Amino acid sequence: MNHMRHFFKGIIKENPTLVLLIGMCPVLATSTTASNGIGMGAATTFVLTMSNIVIASIKNLVPNKVRIPIFVVVIASFVTIVQMVMQAFVPGLYKALGVFVPLIVVNCIILARAEAFAQKNSVLDSLLDGFGMGVGFTLALTTLGAIREVLGNGTIFGLQLLGENANTILVFILSPGAFIALGYLIALVNQLIKTK
Amino acid sequence: MEYLIIIISAVFVNNIVLAKFLGICPFLGVSNRVGTAVGMSAAVLFVMVLSTIVTYLLQKYVLDPFHIAYMQTIVFILVIAALVQMVETILKKISPGLYQALGIFLPLITTNCAVLGIAILTIQNDYNLMQGVVFTAANALGFGLAIIIFAGLRERLDLQGVPKGMKGFPISLIMAGLLSLAFMGFSGIVK
Repeated sequence: MNHMRHFFKGIIKENPTLVLLIGMCPVLATSTTASNGIGMGAATTFVLTMSNIVIASIKNLVPNKVRIPIFVVVIASFVTIVQMVMQAFVPGLYKALGVFVPLIVVNCIILARAEAFAQKNSVLDSLLDGFGMGVGFTLALTTLGAIREVLGNGTIFGLQLLGENANTILVFILSPGAFIALGYLIALVNQLIKTK
Repeated sequence: MEYLIIIISAVFVNNIVLAKFLGICPFLGVSNRVGTAVGMSAAVLFVMVLSTIVTYLLQKYVLDPFHIAYMQTIVFILVIAALVQMVETILKKISPGLYQALGIFLPLITTNCAVLGIAILTIQNDYNLMQGVVFTAANALGFGLAIIIFAGLRERLDLQGVPKGMKGFPISLIMAGLLSLAFMGFSGIVK
């Protein structure tokens, strides 16, 4: 049970996107719809969990001075796997996410977890930590995607919600909407955490 | 003419930060003062152009001929990381003045997704080397433009009364949204 706290902390208390405020580029860019958000979140969660496992297992073999390049190679290898799998099985999603799939490699969340957690903790704890952070990231991304999709397009996960003729606020699926929606979402989280 | 279109498109219409969402971390992180923003943009311009040239040559003469294009992500990130380290060492030796000015920003750039993103986009857009360099430099200028305007706005924002929950990050994001809205006025100039 004690191990499970490593999983749960990533979801709310240390949510990478809404509380720690790291890894913003993919959040803003790939949250145009809720399903894009889930796709990006799943890809990042896979890379995060796998790289945390590998880094926690090799932590005693890695010389301290060259650890960052080694971590980056581990992360980049998993990103390449994700890229190939997505290209083969979900080409539509791969196209929609575009350059942000290879850019998972420079997502600060992954290197931050490797540096701050995986290289100091056991394999099991690192697995839970990576998975929890990934779930937290996915939740934030999907919430933002759903908000933008409803306001900007009147749909959620591609289903009509507000009816065909509803007046939607188009700007929310364009780039300014990403900044504004995320700003208000973080403000809301700030307010909720502070008053608790 | 063709270069002019690339430049206008990259600086104003599809601004790297405000429309493509690359390099958000330094955009929000080091934009507290105009001076720092200028230093960061100069460092980004320098590293980005250099890394695009190197990665472009690698793609055309190593990855493509040997049919290992799937190694792109791994190779590019390592090359960029090594390049930043090298630039830092060389600058320290050759031009201490410039090193003093850019010094602290250089290591930060390795994790800047804009550098890797633009290197990949140059390949994806099928540019030749010259077009790629122009495209990269224009994007770096777009980054500079956005971050310097934003830093100016944030200096003013410090003096304003902001509701408690909105302080800091949220209000900055909303301001970035308004700036992005302003840049949308340029859309339609170049298709």
